[in-house]
Amino acid sequence: MAEAVDLKAIGTRPVRPDGVEKVTGRANFGADLNLPGMLHGKILRSPHAHARIKSIDLSGALAVDGVLAAVSGKDIPGGGDLGDNVLANEKVLYHGHAVAAVAARSAFIAEQALDQIKVEYEVLNPVLSIDDAIADGATLVNESQHTNGDTSQPASNVAAVTKFERGDVEKGFADADVVVEGEYRVPTAHQGYIEPHACTATINEEGKATVWCCTQGQFDVRSMTANCLNKQVSDIRVIPSEIGGGFGGKTTIYLEPVAVKLSEISGRPVKMVMSREEVFRATGPTSATLCRAKVGAKSDGTITAATAWLAYEAGAYPGAPVGPGCMSVLAPYDLENFRIEGRDVLVNKPKVAAYRAPGAPQSMHAMECAIDDLARELDMDPLDLRLKNAADEGTVAPYGPQYPAIGLRACLEAAKVHPNYTTPPAEGQGRGVAVGFWFNIGMQSSAEIRIAENGAVTIMEGSPDIGGSRASMCLMAAETLGIPYENINAHVGDTEATGYCNTTGGSRTTFATGMAVIEACEDIIAQCKERAALTWELDVDQVDWEDGQAVPKPGVNADVKPLSLADIARSAGRTGGPLLGRASLNAQGPGASFSVNWTDVEVDHETGKVDVKAFTGVQDAGRAIHPSYVEGQMQGGAVQGLGWALNEEYIYDADGVMENAGFLDYRVPVTSDMPMIDTQIVEVPNPSHPYGVRGVGETPIVAPLAATSNAVRDALGFRINDLPLSPPRVLAAIDDNE
Amino acid sequence: MGDYAYAAPATVDSTVELLSSSASSGTRTQVLAGGTDVLVQMRSIDRGPRLIVDVKQLAETNVLSIGEDEIYIGAAIASAILNENAELKSKLPGLIESADLIGSTQIQGRATIGGNLCNSSPAGDTIPALIANSAVCHIVGADGERDVPVEDFVTGVGTNCMADHEFLLGLRVPAPKGNTGDAYLRFIPRTEMDIAVAGAGVRVTLDDSGTCTAARVGIGAVAPTPLLVPEAGDALIGTQVDEEALNAAAAACSAAASPITDKRGTVEYRIKVVGVLCKRAGAIARDRAKAR
Amino acid sequence: MAKVHVSTTVNGQPMDVLVEPNDSLLDTLRDGLGLTGTKEGCATGDCGACSVMLDGRLVCSCLVLGAEAEGKTIDTIEGVADGDGLHVVQQKFLEHAALQCGICTPGFIVAAKALLERDPNPDETTIRYWLAGNLCRCTGYDKIVRAVQDAANELASPA
Ligand SMILES: Cc1cc2nc3c(=O)[nH]c(=O)nc-3n(C[C@H](O)[C@H](O)[C@H](O)COP(=O)(O)OP(=O)(O)OC[C@H]3O[C@@H](n4cnc5c(N)ncnc54)[C@H](O)[C@@H]3O)c2cc1C
Ligand code: FES
Ligand code: FES
Repeated sequence: MAEAVDLKAIGTRPVRPDGVEKVTGRANFGADLNLPGMLHGKILRSPHAHARIKSIDLSGALAVDGVLAAVSGKDIPGGGDLGDNVLANEKVLYHGHAVAAVAARSAFIAEQALDQIKVEYEVLNPVLSIDDAIADGATLVNESQHTNGDTSQPASNVAAVTKFERGDVEKGFADADVVVEGEYRVPTAHQGYIEPHACTATINEEGKATVWCCTQGQFDVRSMTANCLNKQVSDIRVIPSEIGGGFGGKTTIYLEPVAVKLSEISGRPVKMVMSREEVFRATGPTSATLCRAKVGAKSDGTITAATAWLAYEAGAYPGAPVGPGCMSVLAPYDLENFRIEGRDVLVNKPKVAAYRAPGAPQSMHAMECAIDDLARELDMDPLDLRLKNAADEGTVAPYGPQYPAIGLRACLEAAKVHPNYTTPPAEGQGRGVAVGFWFNIGMQSSAEIRIAENGAVTIMEGSPDIGGSRASMCLMAAETLGIPYENINAHVGDTEATGYCNTTGGSRTTFATGMAVIEACEDIIAQCKERAALTWELDVDQVDWEDGQAVPKPGVNADVKPLSLADIARSAGRTGGPLLGRASLNAQGPGASFSVNWTDVEVDHETGKVDVKAFTGVQDAGRAIHPSYVEGQMQGGAVQGLGWALNEEYIYDADGVMENAGFLDYRVPVTSDMPMIDTQIVEVPNPSHPYGVRGVGETPIVAPLAATSNAVRDALGFRINDLPLSPPRVLAAIDDNE
Repeated sequence: MGDYAYAAPATVDSTVELLSSSASSGTRTQVLAGGTDVLVQMRSIDRGPRLIVDVKQLAETNVLSIGEDEIYIGAAIASAILNENAELKSKLPGLIESADLIGSTQIQGRATIGGNLCNSSPAGDTIPALIANSAVCHIVGADGERDVPVEDFVTGVGTNCMADHEFLLGLRVPAPKGNTGDAYLRFIPRTEMDIAVAGAGVRVTLDDSGTCTAARVGIGAVAPTPLLVPEAGDALIGTQVDEEALNAAAAACSAAASPITDKRGTVEYRIKVVGVLCKRAGAIARDRAKAR
Repeated sequence: MAKVHVSTTVNGQPMDVLVEPNDSLLDTLRDGLGLTGTKEGCATGDCGACSVMLDGRLVCSCLVLGAEAEGKTIDTIEGVADGDGLHVVQQKFLEHAALQCGICTPGFIVAAKALLERDPNPDETTIRYWLAGNLCRCTGYDKIVRAVQDAANELASPA
């Protein structure tokens, strides 16, 4: 069905079902719930980047009038690293690491009470960079961490080393006419969702807890919270609120077990809301990286060999996204010889969390800069060089599988003829091109379709909606059922109200939960056909479903009027009871999404300021269910990528204290920084999805880093390898170059 | 643990009385104008309880008068209101631009020049512009009123010459005469919503031949306090404020700067860029003076 | 702490509320009056999610004390749609898909409405600078700016 023709609903741009609630302020987000008798919880955080906790004395806080509960690490008995991150046990591993918490009548009292908690620390040297972490004799973040778990080797800050190799790399470089290489650094960036983490928890006398929170995955919050508290998942109900942005950062937990524990001790509901400063210091961010890339090619542009050496900061616990960084770094290319090596490196910084295409922006920044240099050396158009080497259907991806139909070539070809590309950059400006990629994921989803007496359709599914996915669910249901979009509404259920869904992440929702919705609609259609057959006294295989109605199949001799969904629903009591469609699945074949981006910049040579003058993104969406929200993903991802390229970075002092933990100095792009973001959607349908959907959410952040770096290279005439391209770095480079 | 309290006295006298009595009783007190620094400090830097004394309700802090010789700007007038005053904007475009640079539209709805000055940050945007314009602080306290030139007002990072019982009523700015123009420029990494990495304010007066007869240059974010740079002004006086003169003024600004490296910029960067800003602001001030 | 009694007008309705002297107007609206449409993204003036009108002027409610609301007029997102349905700016945000997660949306709508009341025909640069204090991390701003432009057009020539 991938070549679905005559789509009626899919590809249109209706108003989203949750829209009115959101433009009127009615929609409830994480911090918007207040319960009677509710207390406010606050967290005491480590003032040191690395220290051993010698003792914690909560009694001072408990003595404060209005404080009803206080907890520390020993109150979170499970969860492993995650539990230790939620409340530290033996050591604090980064500045801002949670150490203890109190619940009090007001947030102000809770904050004041934190000052009365006594913690004795033995301060240790902090490990603050990859270079420090991998140096001989480095201080160990975790004394029992051995590389790849190999205890025959001494303990190390390198938690894991991964390698991929194909062909004969040395011979490949020997065969090359041109070889380029470079070393590139990308700083720590934060997801920067505008809504801080928030949750409210209550627990009853039977030990059954209810947690309201803003999350990308209520089922994961349930299992993680249960693990931390050594409870069963069935002891916890998680109700997801509307979520004010996540970008991967709300796929894990920070507050939930603490709130449950504080509620258990106090016997009252407890609400916890992070400050923006806490969000920066203790949640997210993504890995800072040190990457080396080397590429060789024949003079006709054929790449003969490539290598990548990638080191990613994991923060305080293993788990940097270096795996996907390795897997994506050469994904756009059809290569015979390559070697990729990745390192997951512990440092005394917050535990990294997923951030939109986790790992890919950093490694692909390195490789796409090197490929840009290669194009210059070869005097080739950067799109032509990529077309020459582009992976296509049948290519065995560097990370293993053979690609089915993919849209890279289509994107490159669309870019080549795009008016924004055929028009040269304005006088004094530079242009840079780069390719982006993300695997996308499938995994488990369930959905239910309920039909009201008037034929109205309710979709109940479990994927928190972070960018308009409910609209896409309704569109796919409208298309499948053949009824108007307006007759359908979609809801995201809590863990007790809907079937299991994996977390919203990996650009899986429209693909996988969408597939479940489509299958549940097909279930409804099958039931409707049965009901119609019963009503008409026909065999079910004599009934068709057309344009939202049951009709007798052509050639079936029956003098009956078509039955609409409303007709069937109205009389459902007589034909077997309410209509309820269901599907649950483990979706396979998510379909990679490729993009091509280019940035036009102007550089002020006296101040080093880089202005983005124009940006264009071309991306394969497989099938754009709601094109406005596909464009929205492309634009939002692009601006996050541009922010990372230009000014966003964690700035630390020598003691490992983040100096810019607020939006004033952690500089995400503001409206006036950006031009319009031009988009072109390419549609190369994903053969594994009924309508051809590929995930689109993550790919957009990948290419802007290198595209912007390459544009600055073009404008200046020399390359700056490291990000961000902040004014002091650019001006210093200009001065050095003179 | 003390308590927070809020007061909005109705008169200057009762304000001074309240400030004096809380000073003598050791009550921690903070004057409130637009609150765009005070509330941020209360939320993030120092949450400790204090008595907040709101001076926005006073008639005296809301006076805006544009006279022949002096322009008086009440300390508690929001920058958005100043920016909407066409006459003020045409007389002191540089100073008003400096106020207009503070934060966002929302911030400007509250932020005041008085608050910017009394917050006494090295990077306060209006301060170099006030210095360039020879503005004088009009202060009131238990000992009566006094005037202090802006360049002498700020004494260190976040500190100024006012005693606990004093507060700022307004600013006296000499009205520009003849061919006089002012300008203020700052550098920030984004287009909005950043604190200055460096800033420079320039005011020049030209004679009929275009020769500069008076010039003052103030710089910000490049030393513990905003500075008057007499050498930069001197480099412009007697010239046509041409490129050579502007380069000399820029060099004087760079020489006067003694910045630090922090999250907003490096020493080298700030030294260089404060010169660039002086040069660019000087050219704008000159063109404005000529256009008068 | 001695609470402060505040009489104020919110969305046209007179209201009385007790506030702590250190509560922000944002706290007062959300916790004191249950008006949670105004959002907190930072509490330090940087994100604009808390935008409200105070005596007709656009401000961050996180940087105003609740106590300062005495005798003032406050308009919040909850008052933007009058009895006759959505305001044009709200309608255009929906039509242009100018929201993804929607947490920034109340602040943007209050700010954009304030702009169009002052300047019915702003150019793109004016819109972008006016809205520079409203952060959106989801949309990249493109569709927001277009929604405001379209709202201005519609206000200029009502259909
Ligand atoms: C998001 C954001 C962006 C900002 N951007 C900028 C910027 O670009 N440039 C810039 O310079 N600043 C910026 N600021 C800082 C701030 O807005 C300015 O310093 C503003 O001018 C302060 O004015 P206010 O009236 O709000 O002062 P308040 O916060 O009311 O007061 C500031 C200080 O001055 C004291 N004070 C105020 N008035 C008086 C008085 N009459 N007498 C005695 N003491 C007094 C107060 O006690 C306090 O210590 C920004 C702030 C925020 C939150
Ligand atoms: S919450 Fe007020 S500006 Fe962010
Ligand atoms: S829509 Fe999510 S922050 Fe703007």
